Amino acid sequence: MKRLVINKIVLALSTLSAVLGLAFLAWILITLFVKGLSSFHLSLFVNDLINNGLRNLIIGQFILAGMASIIGIPLGMVAGIYIREYGRGRYANIIRNLSDIMMSAPSIVIGAFVYALVVVPTGHTSGFAGSIALAIMMIPIVISTTDSMLSLVPQELREAGIALGASKYKVIFDIVIKSAKVGIMTGILLAFARIVGETAPLLFTSQTSNYFTLDLTQAFPSLSVSIYDLASDVQTSSRDLAWAASFILTVMVLVINLTGKFITRNKK
Amino acid sequence: MEKIFQKLSFSSATLVFIILLGIFITLFNAARPAINEFGLHFIVDPVWNKEVPLTTPTAKTSTVQASTTDDNIAVNPDDFSEDDGMGMDEDEDSVPTKTVYGGLVPLVGTIFSTLIALAFAMPIAMGIAIFLAEIAPKNISSLVGGAIELLAAIPSIIFGMWGLYYFAPIVADLFGGFQVSLLTAGLVLGVMILPFMAAITRDSMNTTPDILKESAYALGATKFEVIKDIIFPFSKTGIIGSIILSLGRALGETMAVAFLIGSIFELPHKVTDPTITIPVALANNFGEASGVGMSSLFYLALILFVMSFGVISFAKFYFLRKVN
Amino acid sequence: MTLMSIKKFSFTYPGADEPSLKNITLPIEKNKITALIGPSGCGKSTLLRSMNRIHDLYPGNKYDGKIELFNETSKKYENILDIKKENEFIELRQKVGMIFQKPTPFPMSIFDNVAYGLKIAGIKNKSELQDRVENALKGSALWKEVHDRLGKSAMGLSGGQQQRLCIARAVAVKPELLLFDEPTSALDPISTGAIEELLVELKKDITIAIVTHNMQQASRISDYTAFMYLGDLVEYDKTENIFLNPKEKQTEDYITGRFG
Repeated sequence: MKRLVINKIVLALSTLSAVLGLAFLAWILITLFVKGLSSFHLSLFVNDLINNGLRNLIIGQFILAGMASIIGIPLGMVAGIYIREYGRGRYANIIRNLSDIMMSAPSIVIGAFVYALVVVPTGHTSGFAGSIALAIMMIPIVISTTDSMLSLVPQELREAGIALGASKYKVIFDIVIKSAKVGIMTGILLAFARIVGETAPLLFTSQTSNYFTLDLTQAFPSLSVSIYDLASDVQTSSRDLAWAASFILTVMVLVINLTGKFITRNKK
Repeated sequence: MEKIFQKLSFSSATLVFIILLGIFITLFNAARPAINEFGLHFIVDPVWNKEVPLTTPTAKTSTVQASTTDDNIAVNPDDFSEDDGMGMDEDEDSVPTKTVYGGLVPLVGTIFSTLIALAFAMPIAMGIAIFLAEIAPKNISSLVGGAIELLAAIPSIIFGMWGLYYFAPIVADLFGGFQVSLLTAGLVLGVMILPFMAAITRDSMNTTPDILKESAYALGATKFEVIKDIIFPFSKTGIIGSIILSLGRALGETMAVAFLIGSIFELPHKVTDPTITIPVALANNFGEASGVGMSSLFYLALILFVMSFGVISFAKFYFLRKVN
Repeated sequence: MTLMSIKKFSFTYPGADEPSLKNITLPIEKNKITALIGPSGCGKSTLLRSMNRIHDLYPGNKYDGKIELFNETSKKYENILDIKKENEFIELRQKVGMIFQKPTPFPMSIFDNVAYGLKIAGIKNKSELQDRVENALKGSALWKEVHDRLGKSAMGLSGGQQQRLCIARAVAVKPELLLFDEPTSALDPISTGAIEELLVELKKDITIAIVTHNMQQASRISDYTAFMYLGDLVEYDKTENIFLNPKEKQTEDYITGRFG
């Protein structure tokens, strides 16, 4: 029967596609492990880039993403609360949709925006500019997470709180957010994982630096931006360092990402 | 307290709107010198950063008019007076040249690399979605699905490096041409959007009620027939939405493409030729640019922003309407 | 005569310790309506879903015993639990159709819905398709209501019409046995009445097994009734005997509404 043959072929091709997807994942990860580990050394965590180490870059990357979180998480959460709890009808819906669109906005465009907004007036690149660019990327992700996690809290819980005479604000903070806490925190962790590996928005906002610094008003060391510089360098030693840096960056991102997923799975 | 918080949360939500509007206005402002100088002709001009001898004002006028007839007429008077004024200034100059910037090459590069990515990713993503939603048993499906999602979590710069040093040589061996080319960039871009497209397609397919699938099986349908005749039509809008959303992603992707596209302002004659995309033009030239060159980069950024905004809102409003 | 004969049949869901159906022996008589009744969780739907092995869409089920279906061509009973190959499954499901709790119109036109089973069975001839669709719709008392909008989407029909469309779709492939899994539970009383009439009409050509939680429905339309409780078949007999003169205490309690 012809239709049975077609069926078999399609199912086989689908399975093959999944194998192909997994093969790409394996290929990339194995490449990273092999290339990364061969140039990996513990001294990378001790020296700064000027001495062929990655210490300043790793710390810098976390500070940039951390600053972005300090700006982005509260704004995103409060906006998410507005959309789900206070917003009525149209306006909240428009913001929800705009936030979704903003989430998919090209990150390089956000970089250009922050360049015009911060770098041009101040005259030079800075850690602050980089953090702002990352924060703009983070806000819509946090909004979407908060919004969907709050939507899982049953309406009866809010009504029960209101019926006890609590104000709406009290109900939101004491009841609604508490019961959605794990979900929101996981979402924030995943949002952090997403921005901590970003390169494009940092290219001309924070740039990168060969030296260790905590001064956010100056060009700021960034692991991802330095990977881009090192990887396109003609010297093999620089490229080897880029592989080690890529390995570290990917492990960082995947560990945070998997932690988030693990928490979600355990909760279910 | 209640009032304050309500105001605060309202302002935060409004911030989203302000940022988006701010991006548009800022980019537009920064792009204005280039917009005034090149008008919409920018989009069809394949020249970037080229000194051209300044033509006589009369000849210039005619070219401007010729180019604007099929463009937006509203730009015409603006364009006209600007060029006229400049012509007067430069008449006094000893070397009558000016630098011209056109966006056609990066625009073409962006569109074609995205199309290659879609053509490559779509069949595989559909296959993966079918495997996850209909073929694999639950535990295997969640394991494989998790692994595929992990692929989406890998930073894009890693895709770029892997693509340049490991993937591109193989592609170049198979298809000939350069290791950095539209083709290799498009294919790596395809690998990047693969997990994203597969995950949304799977989720859409999973919304098909079991009972609907069972009724088709109860008529003697094969799995493929159920997928083709029941599941795909039922989840059609979600699947199309996922494809368009992935397209939006591919348009704006920078780092993976930056390693592989070659970054030269030349129209590709074959898919195996190097060229440039808008995000890569921004990434590689922002540092050194100034004046009209800088402004032209902002013009490109504005075009990219408008394009991705358009594509994503189209996907959202027509296919992925959220019901709340 | 007996079309399907279930013998010492047990069924266990994947991961379950206890079987959901225990040692069931039950005949399905040809051109009769057999009703399966019992409180929810008694296994009546599970039994029905075993009769065309729709369970096998999900892996890991365990079958014991025999379910024999009479093969018209070889004049022999064949155990459907032996089926392993895809084409045999397809053949089985073309012989044993199924109607579900809720109407399941496919996302296509009314005509294509009814023609679907025929098309996948390989019938391509346009006029033959048209005839068989028309006959199936007439047989399901739907022709008059839909003959002028066959090209329209099936989603526009009312719930009762959709359910009759699903019956027409199943009837069109000329099955020997049709399984109804609470077909009227989502419908209003008038639509329910129309479907009940239809079933009685259909049994001239097709054997019917129906799961229902509505005892009036069972007594109105069925010829035989099986009462099940906690995975056991408690009593099977002619419908009038079950309702007027049950042998088992449990059956009587259920019929008279003392539990369930």
